[in-house]
Amino acid sequence: MQTAAPPAGEEQRLAAFEARLDAGETIEPKDWMPDRYRTQLIRMMSQHAHSEIVGMLPEGNWITRAPSLRRKMTLLAKVQDEAGHGLYIYCGTETLGIDRQELVEQLLSGKAKYSSIFNYPTLSWADMGVIGWFVDGAAIVNQTVLAKTSYGPYARAMIRICKEENFHKRQGYEIVATLARGTPGQRAMIQDAVNRWWWPSIMMLGPSDTNSPNTAELLRWRVKRKTNDELRQRFIDITVPQAQAVGLTLPDPDLKLNEETGHWEIGPIDWDEFWAVVKGNGPCNHERLEARNAAHDNGRWVREAATAYAAKRASATSASVAA
Amino acid sequence: MTDMSNGSASNANGETSWPLWEVFAQSEAGAPHEHVGSIHAVDAESALQNARDVYARRGNVVSLWMVPSDAIIASRPEDSGSLFEPGEDKIYRHPQFYKVPRGMKGF
Amino acid sequence: MMTVRAAEPLDVATLAETDRATLAEYLQRLGDDRLVLGHRLSEWCGHAPILEEDIALGNIALDLIGQATRALELAGETEGKGRNADRLAYFREAVEYRNLQLVELPRGDFGYTIARQFFFDAFSVHFLDALRQSSYAELAAWATKALKEDRYHLRHSSEWMLKLGDGTAESHARVQRSVNELWRFTGEMFMDDAVDERMAQLGIVPKPSTLRAQWNTVVTDVLSRAQLERPTHEFFAHGGRTGRHTESLGHMLAEMQIVARSHPDATEW
Repeated sequence: MQTAAPPAGEEQRLAAFEARLDAGETIEPKDWMPDRYRTQLIRMMSQHAHSEIVGMLPEGNWITRAPSLRRKMTLLAKVQDEAGHGLYIYCGTETLGIDRQELVEQLLSGKAKYSSIFNYPTLSWADMGVIGWFVDGAAIVNQTVLAKTSYGPYARAMIRICKEENFHKRQGYEIVATLARGTPGQRAMIQDAVNRWWWPSIMMLGPSDTNSPNTAELLRWRVKRKTNDELRQRFIDITVPQAQAVGLTLPDPDLKLNEETGHWEIGPIDWDEFWAVVKGNGPCNHERLEARNAAHDNGRWVREAATAYAAKRASATSASVAA
Repeated sequence: MTDMSNGSASNANGETSWPLWEVFAQSEAGAPHEHVGSIHAVDAESALQNARDVYARRGNVVSLWMVPSDAIIASRPEDSGSLFEPGEDKIYRHPQFYKVPRGMKGF
Repeated sequence: MMTVRAAEPLDVATLAETDRATLAEYLQRLGDDRLVLGHRLSEWCGHAPILEEDIALGNIALDLIGQATRALELAGETEGKGRNADRLAYFREAVEYRNLQLVELPRGDFGYTIARQFFFDAFSVHFLDALRQSSYAELAAWATKALKEDRYHLRHSSEWMLKLGDGTAESHARVQRSVNELWRFTGEMFMDDAVDERMAQLGIVPKPSTLRAQWNTVVTDVLSRAQLERPTHEFFAHGGRTGRHTESLGHMLAEMQIVARSHPDATEW
């Protein structure tokens, strides 16, 4: 049940707003919201959408080389899903009063951030398995919780995405398990991929809580529901047994189970690498942006053609109506 | 941003942004059409094709409606008190308000 | 218009050995057309002019590769040499591939891809429509399902032909150039050879030449509405059906097959 017209005065509005959040209510596009809530959401949602779009590139890299027809189709379907997810979230972001073109412009100019993990290169077919397993695995840990976020359009997009995402992780793990029980060449391929992707995936869940200034506010506003470190631990606890089950090792000599807490403890994370990647100096940052800019620039004539065609039809219709 | 009569506008790049459409999908015959999201498309034919590609990939859709977003009239949240709250306490509009002898058929 | 006699159902087991081999060859043609075309479309993923087209072209590619997989499975079964669809797809050389040259050409710009797709779709819907009457039940079933998919493909490619042909001066020039360059590859779809003749005799498939008139009608109509000129030159390239391909196919297959061929003893992926 919504409250009646919001009380005058910024403080009172804010208090009423926070009371709604505390009561577990969902905020919809036309509801009053503090500017800061709006800007934080735009930042978070657009980063998420950009990540889906850029995420198409490392996996798209292997569609033409997929080694079986079934793998070819499932990989193509997965990458297509990512485009769709980006679309759902861009549309959700637009409800906050920003144009999709402006969002795209922010990505292409390098102003907007996207998930650091997609700045790593995919170097072998086995990377397709590991990405589904680790990267989608980490994303799912994050997203299932986001389905309860306070902003309606984001929550609804997330529910849709979570349903579709289930196949992504399973597809990845199936590839991993198949390679792990395959020929020596296949086993070497998958172990190498695991060695390269483990640490970047752990870092994907974001900086440690002590270094994440946005988290407290986002938690208070129920935009985020868990901290980065909580999600990270969850991801690790789920994934380590999965690696053991297929006889793969993780590249961490300090990895051990804490019998008391039941949690897996890891060695030190190289945060320097994380911040370098975030600042634009990861292995593929430039290539990813170049690829998106090229698609955009090469496609301009196509978009303009569609616009021109529709405009001609619209003026033809209104001319005949006027006549 | 220059406004064009077909509902689109041009942005800083000089590229025209395409009109926004809201998509409603019906999952099976007899079910209501439900809002599933929105898409940008230049015209009705593209809107239909895009909606089909984005929202009907996994089956579970037998019909799609596309509505230009600016054609939708919505109630304003600040009016929801007077529009909707009075309906909440008129319990005589609900069947449970009325007592009927137990076991009586046809109710 | 049906051009296949609705013959009695064909029992493949009763076919003479030469006819079996011919049928297997024919099924490879079907599968190769759609695998190669699907592969070319999949190259757009992540690079399309707009996100909605990444999804749309991806859908079309998936439909085609799915159709190809089924056709190649049937080809392998019919051939009876223990080759399944993957074996056929990943371990044949370019000269063993049986697709039309039209589908192996590189993707070019978006207009080139659309024009090529349109020419194929306009052929495919009529071909599949006739194939639904095939005496070979498996193929009739395959065609019935594929027809629904390809009708949507034709709708999509026709719509883009209109938008590009009648869009801006630049889009018009680009797509006209693509139509001109692709035209000489559109004849092969309607050329009959001994394989087609024999398959038609058995009531399995329509002869390709019988589909030309319907294709012409659709193409002439769309080109005209798109303000595009229909090329007039009449020399048509051919050879794909017997393994005489353009140089593009070898490069495409090298990329497509590299992982599978690097691990020849792998039994699963």
